[in-house]
Amino acid sequence: MQFIPNSALKNNMLKELGLHDIGDLFSDIPQKIRVKNLHLPQGHTQQEVEEHMRLLAQQNKSFYEMPSFLGGGMIPHYIPAVVKSVISRSEFYTAYTPYQPETSQGFLQAIFEYQSLIAELTGMDVSNASLYDGATAVGEAALMCTRINKRKTFVVPGNISWEKKSVLMNYTKGAGIRIKEVAYDKKTGMIDLESLKKTIDTETAGFYLENPNFFGVFEDRVDEIHSILQKNQSMFVVGIDPISLGICKSPGEYGADIVIGEGKSLGNPLDFGGSTLGIFACKNEFLRQIPGRIIGMTKDQQGKRAFCMTLQTREQHIRREKATSNICTNEGLCMLAAATYLSWLGSKGLHELSTINYERGQDLGKKIIAIPGFTKMFTGVHFNEFVIRCPDVKKVHKHLLRQGMQGGLLLEQWYPELTNCMLFGITELHSEESIERLVSLLKEAR
Amino acid sequence: MYRSAVWDEPLLKELEEIKKEHYTPQTVLPDSLQRTNPVDIPDLDETQVMRHFFHLSQMNYGIESGIYPLGSCTMKYNPKICEEISRWEQFALLHPYQDESTTQGTLQIMYELEQMLCEITGMDHFTLQPAAGAQGEFTGLLLARAYHESNKDFNRDEVILPDTSHGTNPASAAMAGYKVIEIPSTKEGTVDLGMLEKVLSEKTACFMLTNPNTLGIFESEIDDIARLVHKAGALLYYDGANMNAIMGKARPGDMGFDIVHLNLHKTFSTPHGGGGPGSGPVGVKQKLERFLPVPWIMKKEDNYYFDYEYPDSIGKIKAAYGNVSVILKAYIYILLMGGNGLKEASEIAVLNANYMKKKLVDSNLYELPYRELRKHEFVISCERLLSNKGIRALDIGKRLLDYGLHPPTVYFPLIVKEALMIEPTESESKKTLDIYIDALLKIAQEDPSLTKSAPHNTAVRRIDEIGAVKNPIFTWKTLEKPKELMT
Repeated sequence: MQFIPNSALKNNMLKELGLHDIGDLFSDIPQKIRVKNLHLPQGHTQQEVEEHMRLLAQQNKSFYEMPSFLGGGMIPHYIPAVVKSVISRSEFYTAYTPYQPETSQGFLQAIFEYQSLIAELTGMDVSNASLYDGATAVGEAALMCTRINKRKTFVVPGNISWEKKSVLMNYTKGAGIRIKEVAYDKKTGMIDLESLKKTIDTETAGFYLENPNFFGVFEDRVDEIHSILQKNQSMFVVGIDPISLGICKSPGEYGADIVIGEGKSLGNPLDFGGSTLGIFACKNEFLRQIPGRIIGMTKDQQGKRAFCMTLQTREQHIRREKATSNICTNEGLCMLAAATYLSWLGSKGLHELSTINYERGQDLGKKIIAIPGFTKMFTGVHFNEFVIRCPDVKKVHKHLLRQGMQGGLLLEQWYPELTNCMLFGITELHSEESIERLVSLLKEAR
Repeated sequence: MYRSAVWDEPLLKELEEIKKEHYTPQTVLPDSLQRTNPVDIPDLDETQVMRHFFHLSQMNYGIESGIYPLGSCTMKYNPKICEEISRWEQFALLHPYQDESTTQGTLQIMYELEQMLCEITGMDHFTLQPAAGAQGEFTGLLLARAYHESNKDFNRDEVILPDTSHGTNPASAAMAGYKVIEIPSTKEGTVDLGMLEKVLSEKTACFMLTNPNTLGIFESEIDDIARLVHKAGALLYYDGANMNAIMGKARPGDMGFDIVHLNLHKTFSTPHGGGGPGSGPVGVKQKLERFLPVPWIMKKEDNYYFDYEYPDSIGKIKAAYGNVSVILKAYIYILLMGGNGLKEASEIAVLNANYMKKKLVDSNLYELPYRELRKHEFVISCERLLSNKGIRALDIGKRLLDYGLHPPTVYFPLIVKEALMIEPTESESKKTLDIYIDALLKIAQEDPSLTKSAPHNTAVRRIDEIGAVKNPIFTWKTLEKPKELMT
């Protein structure tokens, strides 16, 4: 049997143990619950499996076979070959969590670099070594806020994605946290400040602001939001798209306490929505409440610089039910991709990439609203995603699909008020040709 | 003699910024949001980046470096073909929200994997959404809550688990809002039925169990355990971290478990990625099905589609549908192995563990607390070495590094003093097992000063972990002003 070298030595080894049959090793399993075989197909050769997978792959249409203008929290970006090369080093991708620091210095230093890069990007003091994804990061942030100020209400904008809302409810239910929503301004697509003022009070543990938000719109009244929270001594949690931070102020500059986000866009493929990368960073003062792993720099016994997991008394393998979170396995390799990607981009590269994404968002928006019947739903300044209303969104979707193109995300099913609305997303990855084709197909579909 | 690569690799921030040029960021956003200072990350050339990470990779031990017998972690070989196929564009460049008609291949894989996992575990339905084992546990406990609440049973706020359980079990239970009751194990290292019966009550939501447990001992009284738990109206939860011991031999579903999580990154050979991404699918019996996360993956004629119409569902536990890149690799692995191969994997994993156990225990240098027969892992104690020579489990682990071998899990489970928890998996040859055994025997007989000062041949010597807590440095920034952090 492949991958099992001792298959051939089975009998010799049994003999050394004084046993006759492999079944003797399983004599402690009661007869009643034993099974003889699994009703699964017999094993296949690697070549057979590859052929089978090729047939299945043909049933999928990748971004390059079918251009797509989907965003909604995950959007494709170009991934440089250097990232793929680094994460293909098997010393990295086949390693376990670095419990033995002396033989895991490479990964540990890479995590330290990642933490540093995320801290720089978000304007925070510390970052952890990743959470599962952007959605669970909201949940963990809400839990952390209530651990810090012992309040039991957490407030979110009414326009975060329904998936995030659902994950948040599941993460906070056990702790007895109440989730309140703040309306968004139907005209600008931003948070309604009046509604926010009414909702935030001295019982509020924290407020989660997404910037840019799910509709792609930047929240530009961040200073006012910050002061509302400050007045009530509530925590300020900000969700970011890391690519936008090349042009957008870091949340640290406008008073955030915790910064989270989906980090997939940093060098990780879409992968049908996973693997993902949960970014989690915060101010120093909350250090001991952070969920998940943190890597620290220290010295070895000869005084040489070295790295190790630290502040482990927060973690489940030490503190069990008193841990700050149950997370153990995180998203190590996605984090490594992000660190490689950011160091490949550099400061200037990130700024340029961010600018291109912003500009392409504006350009595509202009082209689409030049088509009669197509309008932008919101007036707020947006990044690389924006909401368009058109006369018959289902017709548009079907027409595009028939022509081998995937349009934006249909919003009506999750936001009943957004009838005939589509959330479009565009990045540096989209070809000029596919943009032109999109616009001409939209014209036809009217 | 083994020697690890040793690079005095600077931080990215300390590399020469050969591409640095000053520029003024364009103003495009409203003043309140426009970044005025560029992000302070270095501007390097690709050659520098690649060499940096290459050097780091050489100071890291992976499954291809050698045996990696971490107990309860199932560090088996990760077939290359799984890795390669999962990165094909048709799989990797799929958007989670693109039209279902354009993702039929991946939907079919997910659908079929759910069915395969049902067969392997004896459960009725699976969700692939949880991102890791701990998230699987958390999901399972949310399902348990939903189930009890649907029965108008609102007072069940306790979760019981044995003192051998993984740290994630109590942590997940606490996160799901439960009180945790830990029960001591018997002298045999198994669940104490009398104790279990005593703590079970109308307040118990769930009993969480790993079988075989973390000592590697199969809980033979599982039938009685299940009966007691169900009699109290509670649910029985299976932590699948040790599933590699019993594939094709026994199934949690047949043992009476109501909820199961698996770790695809353990039993089903997907790489650990240095700490993830993992995947922790959850399977349930029919009575719990309607609470599973949405969407369900359904099949109608030859069409696969997502179904969100489950009003009793707990909703979502993670964005999208799970770590699909990991799910793909597990699916490929199961196709390669087949039912017969998975069974053989478990058989040889158990054979390898018992072979190592016998050789080590026969030496009289290490002790084996609790029962003789083990499954895929075993826990030996170095207590005798501690009293005779002053060497601790930790020292032995560090000394193994000098031999180019990865240490086992140490100091777990907590009920064994000076524990070495060894899980060789089916991937290792007899020759490798013998090398590992010889090293452990040799270390026990070496000059203790050599062991206590180990490791000697690694990129760095023994690390001052306490120093990392006392003087916390977590980023480049704090490196420049570490004192400030100490306040």
